[in-house]
Amino acid sequence: MAFFSSPNERLAREIIDRYPRPRSALIPLLHLAQEQEGWVTREAMVQIADLTGSTPAEVLGTGSFYEMFKFHPVGRYMVNVCTNISCLLLGGEELLEHVESTLGVRSGGTTDDGLFTVEEAECVAACTEAPCFMVNYRYFHRATAETFDAVVADLRSGRSPLVRGNAGDRGTMPPHGSLGRVRQRIPADRRAGIVPPEQVDGPPAWLPRPEEVGSDG
Amino acid sequence: MADATDAGWGYLANAPGFVRTSGPAVLTSRFAFEDSYTLERSLATGGYEGLRAALRRTPAEVHEEVRQASLLGRGGAGFPAGVKWGFCPDGVWPRYLVVNGDESEPGTYKDRLLMERDPHQLIEGCLIACYAIGLSQCFLYVRGEMALAQERIAAALNEAYAADLVGAGVLGTDLSVDIVLHWGAGAYIVGEETALIESLEGNRGMPRLKPPYFPAAIGLYGRPTIVNNVETLANLPWIMEHGAEAYRGFGSEASPGTRLFSLSGHVRRPGVYEVEQGVTTFRDLIYGDDFCQGIRDGHELKMFIPGGGSAPWFFNEHLDLPLEARPVGAAGSMLGSGAIVVMDETTDAVKACLRLVRFFANESCGKCTPCREGTSWEEKILQRIYDGHGRPSDIDLLLDVGDNISPGPYPAASFEAEGLEAVPFPPLQTTICPLGPSAVAPIVSAIRRFRHEFEAKITRGDGIPVRAEVSA
Ligand SMILES: Cc1cc2nc3c(=O)[nH]c(=O)nc-3n(C[C@H](O)[C@H](O)[C@H](O)COP(=O)(O)O)c2cc1C
Ligand code: SF4
Ligand code: FES
Repeated sequence: MAFFSSPNERLAREIIDRYPRPRSALIPLLHLAQEQEGWVTREAMVQIADLTGSTPAEVLGTGSFYEMFKFHPVGRYMVNVCTNISCLLLGGEELLEHVESTLGVRSGGTTDDGLFTVEEAECVAACTEAPCFMVNYRYFHRATAETFDAVVADLRSGRSPLVRGNAGDRGTMPPHGSLGRVRQRIPADRRAGIVPPEQVDGPPAWLPRPEEVGSDG
Repeated sequence: MADATDAGWGYLANAPGFVRTSGPAVLTSRFAFEDSYTLERSLATGGYEGLRAALRRTPAEVHEEVRQASLLGRGGAGFPAGVKWGFCPDGVWPRYLVVNGDESEPGTYKDRLLMERDPHQLIEGCLIACYAIGLSQCFLYVRGEMALAQERIAAALNEAYAADLVGAGVLGTDLSVDIVLHWGAGAYIVGEETALIESLEGNRGMPRLKPPYFPAAIGLYGRPTIVNNVETLANLPWIMEHGAEAYRGFGSEASPGTRLFSLSGHVRRPGVYEVEQGVTTFRDLIYGDDFCQGIRDGHELKMFIPGGGSAPWFFNEHLDLPLEARPVGAAGSMLGSGAIVVMDETTDAVKACLRLVRFFANESCGKCTPCREGTSWEEKILQRIYDGHGRPSDIDLLLDVGDNISPGPYPAASFEAEGLEAVPFPPLQTTICPLGPSAVAPIVSAIRRFRHEFEAKITRGDGIPVRAEVSA
């Protein structure tokens, strides 16, 4: 039984097509699997192995190195609270404690209703906007306990909390697993040509041929 | 506390955390526009003019212009881009460009801003680099957690492909480059350039053994590969449009141009600032009216990190150093990723040190023993000191473990006895990459300067219980 839905399988092939070697698509495909299911299942890894010419063990081997991939079900909303140095200085730990006590789970845990998973995070590149947290990898800058409470209330009642983020982000908040809401699409007639490295044996067209000039370094 | 939405503080509404100064805007000229990330705005404000200027010249001339500009890499090591580009071996094809958008050095927030607010400037920079040295495919590796940056870049690439700016026959010329958005999945070490390449090949993101020192020799799929930071490439459109000489008109002789600095921590106005390098000092940044306006009210400076979590700490006596690699290096630290973290006297030095070391222990990829074992032991020892269970020998033990990761003498931030030039930076290392030694930086900095704080915690003898676990 294939794991990917048929539109996602088409998408997976389109992604693979953008790389000189299929294996390079492994991480994007793990993301796609997580987008479909909320986490990375065994069936997903088997099919990704098949699509990228690797083994399921290799897929797990790569995937398990990266923190964002979850190999067990997690909440619909992933809450990451940064406690690294800049956030620590301005209350990151207190914010994490507030999040943990409000939701009743420690870092790593998921609420009983399956809505929220909490994680203590390393620096997420919002240091001047400390303290900060993310929900499904969307930013909430200069956050307070009240910001977090309002975000939770929004999510519980189906509203998008992004306007509260102070991070220039707007629109909807997709469930855990989805990242960018826009996908790259390369129209077939606009492709420069992506081929395995072995099939390239000379400089690209816009460089002067070696016989015309000495060398360009 | 300063509030990003409060106009009185000078933050740009559309570029959260960014403050426009009276200085030049090489990288941030579109940040004030709400739609700064669209092709329409880009084209209306000179977007892709740098590319057009480049295409009117030969690739070799473009490369030479970048060399002349002395554009220093903004990813951490500060290596001149034009020189690095020249390391591609002759006659080996294809060559690739990998853009390092994995920004995750503690304290650093600037590449994300550039990707979210002006993706077309970055794409244009990529095209210029590809044209100059014949790179036939570009991978834009964006950190996994940056969902908005990924979607802004995806949208920008879609627009650019449709407008003949990327892909086959760029602007009707011979230049044909595919730019592919790639995104990571959470691992700091992937920012190291050879780990970035491993990750892009679909593997665990572990750094490769050196030599070769530069992937320009052997990189992606074993082919010559240029890895450049987002901010480095974002400079190229301006340089091509206005010329190397104009670029060198900003900053100092050794560090031309402007650079984005992220200033965080206990300052009145934390933020991202575009700063002329070399001619500006740490004091200007931390205390200047144009910048952070000093330490938060009623407090004073205790220490600051001058270049991201990996950098040894600086103190009051370093405030007048210029923002330039050599003097900062001679004083025992580095400008690294342009991240300055300011800490006032309320900061517990042991705690700050512990948090940074915990980061490196968490992020160690585990490939080499001194780093894998050493960083986690350093964390455990620091944790027990912090919790009041420390032993008198622990301070020496910390230094000893550190010495096994980067054999001394370690660059001593402000270790007056030794004289500044006496300490080498970067440190020697027993590890494959500099992550291991980075964990030693906060330890040596904190112990040299605040040994008494460690001792006080050790001799206090009132060990508070370790943070309680949730009962089942
Ligand atoms: C542990 C480690 C983490 C790094 N993280 C980043 C990063 O997040 N972004 C980045 O651009 N460079 C990072 N670097 C530096 C890169 O290895 C590389 O030097 C840089 O991307 C080259 O680009 P540049 O010459 O344009 O600066 C890191 C290096 C190390 C050792
Ligand atoms: S120093 Fe640490 S992060 Fe770097 S290769 Fe060794 S184990 Fe990995
Ligand atoms: S330290 Fe929290 S975002 Fe950088």
